[in-house]
Order: sequence, then structure tokens, then C-alpha cells
Amino acid sequence: MLTMAGLLGSSYQFHWSVLWQAPHGQWLLNGLLMTLKLTAVSWVFAVFLGILFGSLRTVPSRPLRMVASAYVEFFRNVPLLVWLFFWYFGAPEVLPESVREWVIHHGMEYWSAVAGISIYHGARMSEVIRAGIQSIPRAQVESGIATGLSVFQAYRLIVIPIALRLIVPPVTNESLNLLKNSSLAMTIGVGELTFATRQIETYTAKAFEAFTAGTLIYLGLCLGIAFVMNRVEKKFAIPGLIARTERAEH
Amino acid sequence: MNFDIAVILSNAKFLLLQGLVGIGRFGGGTLRLAIPAIVLGFGVGMVLGLARLARRRWIHYPAAVYIELIRGIPLVMVIFWFWFLVPVILGRPVPEYWVALTAFAIFEGAYIAEIVRAGIQSVPKSQMDAATASGLNYIQTMGSVLLPQAIRNVIPSLVTQFIVLFKDTSLASIIGMMDLTKAAQTVSQRELRPFEMYVFIAVVYWVCTYSMSRFSRWLEVRMSPERALPR
Repeated sequence: MLTMAGLLGSSYQFHWSVLWQAPHGQWLLNGLLMTLKLTAVSWVFAVFLGILFGSLRTVPSRPLRMVASAYVEFFRNVPLLVWLFFWYFGAPEVLPESVREWVIHHGMEYWSAVAGISIYHGARMSEVIRAGIQSIPRAQVESGIATGLSVFQAYRLIVIPIALRLIVPPVTNESLNLLKNSSLAMTIGVGELTFATRQIETYTAKAFEAFTAGTLIYLGLCLGIAFVMNRVEKKFAIPGLIARTERAEH
Repeated sequence: MNFDIAVILSNAKFLLLQGLVGIGRFGGGTLRLAIPAIVLGFGVGMVLGLARLARRRWIHYPAAVYIELIRGIPLVMVIFWFWFLVPVILGRPVPEYWVALTAFAIFEGAYIAEIVRAGIQSVPKSQMDAATASGLNYIQTMGSVLLPQAIRNVIPSLVTQFIVLFKDTSLASIIGMMDLTKAAQTVSQRELRPFEMYVFIAVVYWVCTYSMSRFSRWLEVRMSPERALPR
């Protein structure tokens, strides 16, 4: 950071106070709160989709597996930005009139962002959860079924609880990706943290200060969550296993 | 609403030639950005991955800090940093293409570094001992013994990361570079058919990324004969 400041030369005047002067401090705070809200809501939907489709990709029924694969392979292989534009600009066109009216009056940017992020990250979560399920020996399911459980019960009572504990590290990683990717919502006008940073930069022309603030807040969030999840991971680790599921890519 | 295929056909040339490939008066282009970004990102990642495993602290720590720092912030933020910093440092305006390329190499390098490191750590230590015992120096050991095995072990992760990078190039449109996403934005503003445009480019992106992942699977089987055997 200091070397960067050096590179800027003496012509650049630093005014760190722009960050907390009214109304900029409020913008940053609101941006942070929006990032947290958008991340939390999208995360809940993404995890739900992830567990649903991640499990479906491993069930014996071939049509179900194919439906799940089609969802995962299509949604995760297209950029999130394209999905956001699709949900914000494209999808409302094909909605029924009444639904469109409702969405327009209830924060269309926000709900498009939630849809885009949840469905995209749901597909990525499915892959993480599928890998977790497949790392559980097949015999666990088979013995579950042999004791009289249905396939659904074997998943609900045996496979998913074990898988959830195994996949804490990659799910944490994927959740941090979701948090970082929520910054793309600025492109469709959601007032989250990156949006607030850009807004301060536009109003004050103090790009260095504004980007530093945004960068440090994201770093704080990511490192903080990683620290907490590291403890959670230790607490829920299955005794006797040393193998951690490999860190997923970003 | 009915799906208007004609609007796609009449704009396909612009979207594919200008947006995807980058041939046209706007420069840019998804492929023209993604391919050099993959090569540069791999180079940066290789150097950083090796640096992070170095025994000397003054090499090891800066690499670790760099990787953790970059991994903790969103790509959009990194792009904005470079968009703002590069012209200030160089003292003249820089085309969006070069800003984006620099940002991608720096950003994706940090992720690729972690994959390279995992690859090197996956090679049994005895390989290194054997290479050293047979008189190879560090560069020879790395270059002809460790890295070939390391890279082969992480090909799936590497290609996954390249696919991620390919998708990430869509973010260059935020600073105004004419890529596939920006081309679709431009056309849909003129034609007022956003649904068709975004569905079309979603399919184009999908065809590119899906063929990359098929290629990865093929490469994985081809490069490791022992894995090709039925389990």
C-alpha cells in the first residue's frame, strides 16, 4: 500500500477524511449492510439448491440425475455477470404482468441479484456437495437401505449429515466466493459495498481512499469468516478422519 | 412474448466476431483477452506457487501475503484498482484491454499459485530426494522431476481455474472493454430484445466453457495412463 502511494507521486493529495465525512460514511455503512444482506439471503437459497441438486446427482434414478446435471452444467458454466443481466433485463420480459408489477415495486435490482447469485452459486454448491457425498463409501447407503430405510431416508439420515461435516472447508470457500461475487450486483444498480465505494470515488474523486476502504472491508469480512469457519471445522470434524476435502477453486 | 430468433441471427456476426473473437473496430474481444490472460496468469501463478514453497523467508512471506490478500477481495475491486492506478503510475491513459489483462494476470495468478502449490505438495518427497541424490540442482529437480508430475496431478483443477478465468473476462465489460458481454449489452440497448441477447451469449459462453471441461477430461485420461484403467 505504501509503495503504491509512493508510485502515485507527490501530485496526489490524500484526504482520508472523505471516508467518514457525511454522507460518505453512511454510504459505506449502508453498502456493507446491503452486501451482508444480499450475501446471507442468496447463501440460504444457494445452499438449499446445492443440497437438493447435489444429492440428486448421486441418486440411482437416471432421469433425476440428468435433470440435476443439466441444471449444474448449464448454470455454473456461464458467467455470473451474464446471469445478472439476464435476470435483470431479460427475464422480467417473459414474466406474467402481475408478477412483473410486484417485482418492479419491490426492488427489482435486489431480487434479480438474489436470483442470479443464488442460482449460479447453487449450481456451484451442488458440485461441492456432490463431491462430499461421493466421498462417502457406497456401503453406507447400501447398509442403510438393507436395514429397511428408503433411499430418501438413507440420504436424509446418513449421507447428508456425514457429507455436511466433511464439506465444511470447501463450502466455506464457496461461501466466500459468493460474498466476493455479490460485488457484481453493483452492475445492475444494487447499492452494495462496491457500489458505495464507486459512488464515493465519483463524488469526491478520491479513488485511492475509496478503493482502500472497500478493499479493507472485504478483506476483513473474508478473513473474519475464514477464521470463524476454521474453528467450526475443527469442532465438527469427524474423529478419525485426517483427509480434508481439497480446497475448491474460486 | 415470442422468442425472436431473427434478432439473434442479424446480430450474430457482430456478437461473435467483435464480441467473442475481438475482430472489429472496438478491439477487445473475449478470446483475445482470455487467451493471453490464461498464459500470463499461469506464469504468475507458477512463480508465486514456487515462491510460496521456498525455504527462504524473504521469498516465502511476500508470496503468501500477496496470495492471501488477492484471494480476500473481489475481482471487480482489483479491476477498479488497476483501472485507477495504471494510468496514474504510467502518467498516460491506458486502453481498457491492457488494464483488464494486467488485472486478470495479477488476480488469477494468486488462485493458480495455490493450485501449483497443491500440485508440488502432492508429489512424494522421495522424488525430490532421489533427484538430489542423483546430482540434479534445484532448477533441474523442479523442471524435469517435480513440476511435470505436479502439473499432471492438478490438470483438472488448473483447467477448472482457466474456465473460471474465461468466465471472469466478462467483468472487463464493466470498465467498458468490448467483449461478448459488452457486445450483447450494446445490441440489446439498440434492439430492445435483452432476453434473446442474454440467452444467446449464455449459450456461447457455455459452448466455450463446456468444451474446455471436456478437453480437460480427455487430457486427464490421456496424460495419466494408470487412471485410464477401470477402477
